[in-house]
Amino acid sequence: MTGTAPPRTLYRKVWDAHAIASPGDDEWLLYIDRHLLYEVTSPQAFDGLRAAGRTVRRPDLTFAVADHNVPTEHRAGGLSAIRDPDSHLQVATLEANAREFSLTYAALNGPNHGIVHVVGPELGLTLPGATIVCGDSHTSTHGAFGALAFGIGTSEAEHVLATQTLLQKRSKTMLVRIDGAIGSGVTPKDIVLAVIGRIGTAGATGYVIEYTGDAVAAMDMAGRMTICNMAIEAGARAGMIAPDDKTFAWLEGRPCAPQGLEFARAAEQWRALASDPGATYDAQVVIDAATIAPMVTWGTSPEAVTTIAGTTPDPATIADPVRRAQMVRMLDYMGLGANQPLAGLPIQVAFIGSCTNSRIEDLRAAATVVRGRHIAPGVRALVVPGSAAVKLAAESEGLDRIFREAGFDWRDAGCSMCLGLNPDKLKPGERCASTSNRNFEGRQGPGGRTHLVSPAMAAAAAVAGCLVDVRAFA
Amino acid sequence: MQPFHRLTAIAAALPIANIDTDLILSAKFLKTVSRNGLGAGLFHAQRTDREGAERPGFVLNREPWRRAQILIALENFGCGSSREHAPWALLDFGIRCIIAPSFADIFDGNCAKNGILTICLPQGEIDRLMALAADPATALLTIDLETQTITDHAGAVRFDIDRPRRARLLHGLDDIAQSLAFADQIAAHERGVVLGAPWLGDARLAHLP
Repeated sequence: MTGTAPPRTLYRKVWDAHAIASPGDDEWLLYIDRHLLYEVTSPQAFDGLRAAGRTVRRPDLTFAVADHNVPTEHRAGGLSAIRDPDSHLQVATLEANAREFSLTYAALNGPNHGIVHVVGPELGLTLPGATIVCGDSHTSTHGAFGALAFGIGTSEAEHVLATQTLLQKRSKTMLVRIDGAIGSGVTPKDIVLAVIGRIGTAGATGYVIEYTGDAVAAMDMAGRMTICNMAIEAGARAGMIAPDDKTFAWLEGRPCAPQGLEFARAAEQWRALASDPGATYDAQVVIDAATIAPMVTWGTSPEAVTTIAGTTPDPATIADPVRRAQMVRMLDYMGLGANQPLAGLPIQVAFIGSCTNSRIEDLRAAATVVRGRHIAPGVRALVVPGSAAVKLAAESEGLDRIFREAGFDWRDAGCSMCLGLNPDKLKPGERCASTSNRNFEGRQGPGGRTHLVSPAMAAAAAVAGCLVDVRAFA
Repeated sequence: MQPFHRLTAIAAALPIANIDTDLILSAKFLKTVSRNGLGAGLFHAQRTDREGAERPGFVLNREPWRRAQILIALENFGCGSSREHAPWALLDFGIRCIIAPSFADIFDGNCAKNGILTICLPQGEIDRLMALAADPATALLTIDLETQTITDHAGAVRFDIDRPRRARLLHGLDDIAQSLAFADQIAAHERGVVLGAPWLGDARLAHLP
């Protein structure tokens, strides 16, 4: 074996190709290939640049889009349609900064607009082996393509704007292997919720997760994006999946992906990114896909999750006083008691959207459940496509008609009701079956109660008027 | 960024695990283009009721903890959203140091960039400090980054910290300036990409419709 390089993981290969200099103490400057920006976390970074008299090193690798603040209806007027003055100012500031620093900006209502983690891959900005950052924790989404992608703060965004690098320490690696095939009615969202339920919301803190296994190999790119998207909900720095033929087929022809012969050359390099046989990980989790059922969260942390056949836990059975208090607090916020079945719990709102679950595959899955049915009386239901392109594709397939006829609102792209930053919010006490990623207190609006589910489960809940096992709808 | 050397201040205990950045600063306070003035929104749902009146029971609304500059919390503090507005709000309120068994990754990094010292201690030590912080007579702590010690009325405990982070906090360093000193290596990498993986060096943004 002399002279043979030690086997490396996917993460290590991407890291090694980008760690370009070390100031010492295991810290490295990691070169960043793609920097994505949006309106909420970037204005102060541009202010910092101006204050220091610095400029953007690589505007040609930087892409900006407004998604968090934007209304998802009545916005034909573009920027002027944003009524909230603070939201208007943030979006206007992003536009102005993009102009001042010569950045590409995807205008509201333009063909490239959408949630940053939906349009990045769609446009082919997301590529295997690339390093991708954005001032948003769900940047982990892009790891589905074998990129190293993670969320950063505003100071770090300023650092990337000025230097096209970040100061980083190498993370530990965690292999999450999903063996076997998932059952019908079970989706990638259920898989990632099951993973978070198993390892906990801090279970992967300090790690980069690599997902492997039969269920991941069988998953389409949308599903892979869903499970990488929520890697951060287990505390991971990033989630990654080795690129394969499915990845390449998905990327080929995207406007910002390499074209023709160069694509073939790139794909050859990308194939070599997969973890080497014998590569070791700092931790390993194996889950049998067959044991995963449709999942639903009951509390205010994504780890507070069970199956749709499950019940809320009983704090009285928890010995540790801190854990018990935590559980009491969560149940109290959610308006639930101990040992309460989740199936049958009435909902007032169903939300299908967010960077976790707003792609065409997600909308198709929801439409399959909804087709020929109507939402229950008293339920408010929204479908918010992740991008202008997803919206257009859905309309060309007639999905919009299925949703509208069933009583759903059919909206324009944006982060919408994932977080209470735009007009789409829960009212205090409202209970929502949501395809988003966080069930934190007040996340979808002050006092709102969030149950995280898959798109099919959210659709079923909208129709039934309560949390329900989508498999009963087959 | 303001350097951190030595801080003698009131510590407040927040005995809740997994405090997320939505809880620290909820979305409605993110609609700002400034870093300043966010302290008013800190822990808003905990500090105020629906009518906007202070909840007298919340620790940061009570004396002497209204003046707390040190927080003692439980595991996975700062999980969730990457919003740097959370540390900005803490800083604006006056918090310069957070002590917990563990922190979420992005939040921890954001604190360091803003001169907030985060200290990890074992649960037993956290329990002891929380008990001290709960009593106004013992809630005053001294954090010394130079000697890496936390001193209370009875004695001192040492803490570990990453060496480069300690240096940056002590000196209030701007790490962008430090990284720009590597301009030659950055440029060399960019030249290498042009040959080795040109698709990474050219995002083809001009090809967008």
